[in-house]
Parts: sequence; structure tokens; C-alpha cells
Amino acid sequence: MYVRMNEKVAGTKTSIVPKVIIYILLVALLIAIVVPVAWVFMASIKQNTEFYGNPFALPQGVYLQNFVDAWTKARMGDYFFYSVMITALSLFILLLVALPASYVLSRYRFWGSKVLNTCFMAGLFINVSYIVVPIFLMFVSGDKVVKSIFGSTFFLNNPFVVSVVLASTTLPFTIYLLSGYLATLPKDYEEAAYVDGAGYFTTMVRIILPMAKPSIITVILFEFLAYWNEYIISMTMLTDPNGARTLPVGLLNLMKAQNAKAEYGQMYAGMVMVMLPTLILYMCVQKKLTQGMTLGGLKG
Amino acid sequence: MQKNKARSRFIVACVAPATILAFIFLVVPTFNVFRMSLFKWGGYSPNQTFVGLDNFVTLFKDENFYRACRNSVLLIVVVTAITIVFALLFASILTREKLKGQNIFRVIFYVPNILSVVVISAIFSAIYDVNRGLLNNILSIFGIGTDSPMAWLGDQKIIVYSLAGAMVWQAIGYYMVMYMASMSAIPESLYESANLEGASRTTQFFSITLPLIWTNIRTTLTFFIISNINMSFLFVKAMTGGGPDGASEVFLSYMYKQAYTNSTYGYGMAVGVVVFSFSFALAAVVNRVTKREPLEF
Repeated sequence: MYVRMNEKVAGTKTSIVPKVIIYILLVALLIAIVVPVAWVFMASIKQNTEFYGNPFALPQGVYLQNFVDAWTKARMGDYFFYSVMITALSLFILLLVALPASYVLSRYRFWGSKVLNTCFMAGLFINVSYIVVPIFLMFVSGDKVVKSIFGSTFFLNNPFVVSVVLASTTLPFTIYLLSGYLATLPKDYEEAAYVDGAGYFTTMVRIILPMAKPSIITVILFEFLAYWNEYIISMTMLTDPNGARTLPVGLLNLMKAQNAKAEYGQMYAGMVMVMLPTLILYMCVQKKLTQGMTLGGLKG
Repeated sequence: MQKNKARSRFIVACVAPATILAFIFLVVPTFNVFRMSLFKWGGYSPNQTFVGLDNFVTLFKDENFYRACRNSVLLIVVVTAITIVFALLFASILTREKLKGQNIFRVIFYVPNILSVVVISAIFSAIYDVNRGLLNNILSIFGIGTDSPMAWLGDQKIIVYSLAGAMVWQAIGYYMVMYMASMSAIPESLYESANLEGASRTTQFFSITLPLIWTNIRTTLTFFIISNINMSFLFVKAMTGGGPDGASEVFLSYMYKQAYTNSTYGYGMAVGVVVFSFSFALAAVVNRVTKREPLEF
């Protein structure tokens, strides 16, 4: 598609005036997007007193103490660690579970395969926001049982459980995306493998999954962003203020705190911590990401 | 026979984990939403009393719920309309016009989509801030509101529009990229012949581009409605918390408030059931209304 877009055929003879209007429109949106983001980076190195002057004034110096304060005092350092852990673990669980399932669902016919495929498609319409409270309640009653037996809770405030929930709720979309791709591979690969005496498992791991690499990368990119930026599930499931939290939830706390304590610098430093990893990733893979998005279709 | 057994075992081993996880964390909670909406269950007391449709009867008399409905519907209409119009406009500019730095525009416009809703909410809280906010500062340059600065997030009447602004900002790039993909699939020859006939670019847009990507617009529209209900929840929760005084409450934030913050689980789930049904009904209606004969190129 990009080739097409770049080899724009002549024909749209553009006179000067509409062209100017078009550039004004484009630049206006560009400014509306770049200025707020750049402004956050600028504000993150300002001292607290500077926030009372003109908000557009350039920082007087590079005040990195904001990052140190956010990292230690506001515990964003801990949250960063938990965010990395939850994101990595969720991705691992997701791929471990979704890859074999997508492979079998897209390439095998068996008893119930049609029903299962339809069920996973229907799962695309279940939004996490509706079911987050029932999952929470499930854990509350689960914890009561666990506590009466082992004396401590297990489900709530457990980053591992959050990862399982995150991975499970993104299963339908991932399976939809992966099986869409796997279904396009020719059947001959498996037949050739069986003739050579390879088992089912070997065929999947050694032959099919390496070929599915482009779609696997798309899934990783998408879900990395989704897990990293997610906050409703982690906010609901990680309730202990001194326990595990993720970065976005930590940022929410900072937002609330700055209304009371007026520690602006810390909050902007926190914002930079949340968005910098995603921005770096995006700069490296932006082409893959937007291409993958149009392949994978829509995500609600 | 041996091979058949191995095949079955392989299939079960591959499909079972995904099915079990999806069952526990998607099917059971969804079922619970509907089941719990029929119970009165408050606080941390273990007593669940079956009350039939009582929760729904209360709900339809609940003024606060109606306010949440009005806000949600307003956001769906306003945000959807503005986002899709701008996304189409920018997509057609970037695919149809010969421009310098085209790629940069596309890359930058997509950036809001990769940011966390919490970050966007924090950014817009800073933009909308009464005294130190970017928006009021810009407006004061033009002499607007210098004596009484606008309280973008404090005024009950404008807060929904302030939310809409943040949501449009977040969504334009995503839909633009979607439309660019389908627009660039339209054969160039159609535009060439239109040019020979002397059709203006506006005419070309309305009689070539728009009809040919109509199927795509329809799909995005349906998805937009469903995702807008969810996104407005995420934004409200992070940016306004439903305030001031419940003025910015939307569908799902009201559900979350009832079910989680107030611990009136049964009532909250009843809100969930109504919203769930509403979103599907609306999506179906939109799907029906926008139905056209698909055009092929």
C-alpha cells in the first residue's frame, strides 16, 4: 500500500491556494499533536516554582530531581518494575496459550471446531470494562476460600494473576488475528512434514510457527502497547496502596496528589516514564504497526 | 488408529488452555453480569437476595443514570461525527495530494493512539487547567476570558465537550490510517478520468472516494460506537472521576461507580446489562441504516 501512496500519479493539478489551505490544515493538526506531547517533556524538567509563570516559557534549567523524586518518593520506580513484569508475563502467557490454539483452530477440523471458532469470534465483542467487576468479585470470594485454608490471600494484589487476566481477556482478538494469518498458509507444509515422519507438535513448532512470524510480531506490538497502557484491570485488581501497582495507576495517583500537594514536576516526570517506552517502540516500528493494524482489522 | 489418538490428544492439548482461560475470565464474568443484575447484593455482606427485575425498575427512575445516558449519547454522536469527518479529510489529503513530508504527517498523526489514556488525560488536564492551562493561556492572547477564565473541567455544562476534545484528539490518527489503507486501494485511473472530465476534487471525493470506501466506513462506524462507550469510560475515570458532582458521568463509569466504589453490585450489573443491550442495538441500527449496495472497482 505504501508503494501506491508514494507513486502518486500526476493528474491532480493543484493550484497554489488550495495547496496552502491543505498545508495549513495539516500543520494545524501536527501542532495540536506535537505541542502537548513536547510540552510534557519540557515541563518534566522544570522546577516547581516555574509552573506558576507562563506555561509556554522554556525551562530555566534541566531539573532532573523531578525524575528522582518520582522514581523514589512516588514509587514510580517500583511501579516501572511491576509494569515491565506484568507486560512481559502477560505477553508470554498470551503467546504460549494463543499460538497453539490459533494453529489448531485455523488448520484442523475436529468435533466442535466450528462451535469453538464461533465462540472465540463472539468473544471479540466482550469488553473488559463490563466484566472487570465480576472478575474482581470472583477473586474476592476466591480469596476468602484461600484465606480460610492457607491463611493468606492469593488472587487480589497478585501481579501474576493480573497477567493471567490480561492475557485471557485479549485471547479472542489474538486468536482472531493469528488464525486469520495461519489459515492462508498452504496445507502442503504439514503433509510434507508428516511424510518425513514429523509429529504434530514438531510440525507446529518447527514448520508452521516460524512462518507465522510476521503475524506474531504484530500481536506482540499490539498487545505490548495494550498491556503497558492498560489501567482499569490493574487498578481494580491491585488494591493495596503499598503493594504492586502499574505505571498508569501510579500516574493516576500522582495526578490526584498534584491537586493537593502541587508537586507538578513529579507528575510530568511520571508521564514521561509512562509514555517514553511506547514512543521509542513506535519510532522503531511505526511502519510495521500501522501496516499490521490494517491487516488485523479493527480493535475496539 | 494410533495416529487418530495422537491427533486428538494434540488438538486437545492445544485448544484446552485457551478455552479454559477464556471460559473462566470471559464467559463466566459475562454470565455473572446478567445473573447478578437480578440480585440485591450490597456491600461486603454475603447475602444475595433474588429481587427479579427490581434493579431495573429502580434504574429507570434514576435521574443520575439518565444524566449518564445523555452524556454518553452526546459523546457518541459528537466524537464519532467529528472524528470520522476529520479522519476522512486528512486521509484523502494524504493519499490524494502530492505533498512534501507526507510520511511525517502520517507518523505523527498516529502518535496519540499509542499513548495511555491516563497520559492523555493528564495532558488534557494540564491543557484545560483554569489558571496555568495551555488553552486559557492561548485564549488570553486573543483577549478571550482574561477576566473570567473558562473552567473547562469545572463547569458542569462544558465538561462533556472538554472530554470530547480529548477523545477526538486520541482517535483521529487511528481512523485516518484505516481510511488511508482503503483509499490507496482505489485505482488511480478513476481519478484520472475524472480529471479529464474536469471534476473538482470535492466532487471526486464525494462521487469516487466516499462511495468506494463506504463498506470500510460502515465497519468503522459500528466499531466506533462500541469502542466509544468503552473509551469514554476510560477517559472519565482518569480525567474527571465523574465530577463535578456527577456531571460528567457516562454509561460505564456509572456502572463502575455503583458496582465497585459504592459496592452495590447487583444494581451496577443492571446498569451493565442495559448498556450492553443498548450498544448492540445501536450498532445494529447504524449497520442497517448505512446499508448500501457495495460498489466494486
